[in-house]
Order: sequence, then C-alpha cells, then structure tokens
Amino acid sequence: MSVSPTPVPFRGGGFAPKNLRHAAPLTFLGLLALWWLATDRGWVSPIAVPPPQDVATALADMARSGELLKHVTASAQRLILGWLMGAVAGTLIGLAIGLSSLARSTALPLVSALFPIPKIALLPLFIIWFGIGEPSKYVTIAFGVFSPMAIAAFSGVDSVDRTLIRMAQSFGVPTTAIIRKIVLPGALPTILSGIRISASIGIILLTAAEMIGAQYGIGALVLAAGNLMQADRLLAGVLMLALFGLLVAQIIGLAERRLLHWRV
Amino acid sequence: MDLIAQGVTHRYGPLPVLDGIDLHVRSGEIVAILGPSGCGKSTLLRMLGGLERPTSGQVLTAGAPPSGCLNSLTFIFQDFALVPWRSVKDNVALPLEHHRMSLAERASRVAAALARVNLSDFANAYPRQLSGGMRQRTAIARALAVNPAILLMDEPLSALDAQTRELLLDDLTRLWAETRFTAVYVTHNLAEAIRLGHRVVVLSRRPGRIRDTVAIDIPIADRQPNMPELSAASDRIWSLIRAEAAVADRELLDVR
Repeated sequence: MSVSPTPVPFRGGGFAPKNLRHAAPLTFLGLLALWWLATDRGWVSPIAVPPPQDVATALADMARSGELLKHVTASAQRLILGWLMGAVAGTLIGLAIGLSSLARSTALPLVSALFPIPKIALLPLFIIWFGIGEPSKYVTIAFGVFSPMAIAAFSGVDSVDRTLIRMAQSFGVPTTAIIRKIVLPGALPTILSGIRISASIGIILLTAAEMIGAQYGIGALVLAAGNLMQADRLLAGVLMLALFGLLVAQIIGLAERRLLHWRV
Repeated sequence: MDLIAQGVTHRYGPLPVLDGIDLHVRSGEIVAILGPSGCGKSTLLRMLGGLERPTSGQVLTAGAPPSGCLNSLTFIFQDFALVPWRSVKDNVALPLEHHRMSLAERASRVAAALARVNLSDFANAYPRQLSGGMRQRTAIARALAVNPAILLMDEPLSALDAQTRELLLDDLTRLWAETRFTAVYVTHNLAEAIRLGHRVVVLSRRPGRIRDTVAIDIPIADRQPNMPELSAASDRIWSLIRAEAAVADRELLDVR
C-alpha cells in the first residue's frame, strides 16, 4: 500500500523577538491620538484628563516663564548627586563582598536587611539629621541606590568565569591586576544592569522626596498642581519624569554598546 | 628544567582522589598522562603547576629555566581560558603586562608567538569571532609568549572536533620539533597520548594511582597513524585501561 507523500509541517521558529523599526514612536503617537480623541469627543471629563494640547500649553508656559527649568535642574541635580553617592558606595561595597570573605560575612547580611526598607520611610529621619534642605534628599536617593548597586556588583563578581582567574594566576599575574583586568571587566555587564535598575529607583525616590519637602523639583511641581486641581500642569510634570527615565535608558544603552562591544 | 612529583596524594574530604603519585618529567620530554574520566588527572596537573595544594607529598622543579623565561610552569587549558573582552594579541600580551619590559619587546614577543601558531593575520580579532582551533592556537601562543620551561596541558584538544584536533596535533608536533619543550600532557584520548608522548603514564580509576608507564621510542616527528610499533604500544595501553574505563563508565559522577 502506498501513501502519497505529504510535506513535513513547519513547527520551528519564534522565540526570537526583534526590535521593529518605527514601532516605538508609532505606539506613542497612537496613544497620543487616542488621548486626544477621548478628550475631544468628551468620553472623559476634561477636569480628570485634560486634552494633550492643554498639557503642551502648560509645558510651554512653564518653559517660557523659566519655571520648568528651575524644577528640572533642581531634580536633575538631586538625582545625579544622590545617585552618584549611592552608586559609588554600593559598587565599592559590592566589589568587597564579591572579593573578600570578611566583607561577605559582615556587609552582605547588612545589605540584604537594608534592601527591603522603603527608603522614603527614612526621609523624616534624614530630615531630623540633615535638615529639610538638599542633603536629606541626596541621602534618601543614595540609600535607595546603594543596595541594588551593591547586589549587582557582588553578583557581577560572582559571575566572573573562575577559569579566567585560574588562568591569570597560572601566569603569575598579581592579584590587583587580576581584579583590574579580569574581575572588573567581567562584572561590568551585571554592574551596568544594576545601574539601569538603580537609576529608576533613584527617579522614584527623587519624586517622593520632593513631594515631602521641596520648593522646586518635578515632584514638588506635581504635588502642587494636584493640590490646585491643575491636571494639565500635573501631567506636564509626569511627562518630564518619563523623559528623565527615557534619557537615563538612552545613556545606559550607549554605555553598554561602548563598553560591551566584545559581546555579540 | 625537570619537574618532579613525590608521593603526591589528594583527598576531597574523606574521598581519595590521587594516591602516591611519583613522577619525574625530564627536560625536553613530553609525558602524557592517560586515565579514565574522574581519575584525578586534571587535579594532578593543577598540583604540578601550583594551582592546587596536595594533601600530602610535594612537587619540585630541578634545574634552571631557559633564558627569557617569564613563567616556568605554564598551563594550556581545555576550555582555552581566553579573555573575551581582549583581542587575540591582547590575550597573548596578558601574561607579559606585569613584567618589566619595553612596549617594543612586548609587541615583538606577541608577534613572534602569534607567528609560530600562524595567527598573525588574526591579531585584532576577538575570541568570539574565532573557531575552536584558532582559540586554542591563541592560548598556545599566549603560553609560548612567556617562553615557558614546562608546558602543562590539560586536555588541550578535548573541546575540539576531530578534524581540528588532527590539525592541532600536527601543530604541536611541529612546535616540539622547533623548540623541544618539556610538557605534561593530560588526556583521556589514547591516540593523542601515543602521538605526542615520549612516555605514557597510565593512571587507574579513583583513587588515581600510576598503573604503568609505557615508553614510546619512535621520534615524535616520525610517528604516523597505523605504524605497527605504535599499534603495539596502543594495544598494550588499551589492555591496561579497558577494564577500568568500562567500570568508570558505570560510575556516578558525584565528585568533581
């Protein structure tokens, strides 16, 4: 008995998502159009959701009066300084945890205990210590950034291929040079993804800290606008926060392409 | 330079891995160490090179290293151990960077080592761009760059496909003819041991002991596949390891 030949059905493929060109801006434009349509047709109340053109006008007004610049520079300064303090300290402690038994047994439990504490709960304490001014905000952001950076740095060191370290030892490479040439570059991919996460945590804490006690800053702007029921100014502030996040992601993406070119 | 192991014994906890290994590798000689998987031959090599401490026994060197030697006991690893963020020439330069020498001397040592393994054209490539054979050639160039006294090779061809392995065996034969280096060549591959070893040391299953040492008197350069003398040595070694390999094959790999 002969059976007529049938083609083997294709069942492979998939599981390889690619970045489609223009898809991201088109998504944003689509959402913007939907927002405009919803307000224009009166599907939502303009008090709850102001139309996009009102938000744009509010943004333009604030930009013209110089108010926006004040808010943005105040926030950017807090974010950069606070993040730098926390990231440097966290990376150093994380590297120590990755390299020394003493640091691993003492600092690691400490980092694990600190991590789940909502850092904004510590802001009142920091205000008692450092006053209502800038330092308390820096320290809050730094604290929030510290733990994820420490964890990223030590897991980065842990992930370094031990055969590379044995190789360097077998050639008599001094320990400091092994750390500089093998351990640090090997930990860099994990440290960079730690930077990605900690920068977002920094922006969250920045906003929260500014809502508790600040004259200028995007968080202060959003809170003040909310109190006055100015949804357009409020959304303009939220938009600035989203832009902060996008900018940070862009910078880290650039750093990854520069520093990790040896990976595929 | 000679390399001497005296009663090298090793245990992981209560489990004996190596038991009383005595070995004398003479200058200019390739000693192949052959044994079933898990017999502790890689552990032995790491002890010979000072990367691991034996539980008891000691490893000694005798005689002076060659002139210009920067690292007497130099490893070549099974998985190549190339630094992925360094180009081929920077990988070869790595063991030179902590030694006092002019940039010109460093560059000339790197260039000479790459030329000896025919990789001069790939000096700027990254490891991920290389085939397995080129990766191991890079690692060999890195080892040659320090002008070693003794090469410690840990299954250097086991991660390569059969054809590449043949090519690399030819390379190693040629390199030995050029410099008469001293080497300990650990392998589980009988053909490689017979092709490159002046002596083949056969290790037993765990705990690893030296079962026998088979000397192969044919000059390395003259060895051809299917030579009757080689076949005789091969048969003799195979009869030594066959039963143990069969038992090793049915063992649980709970250690190492």
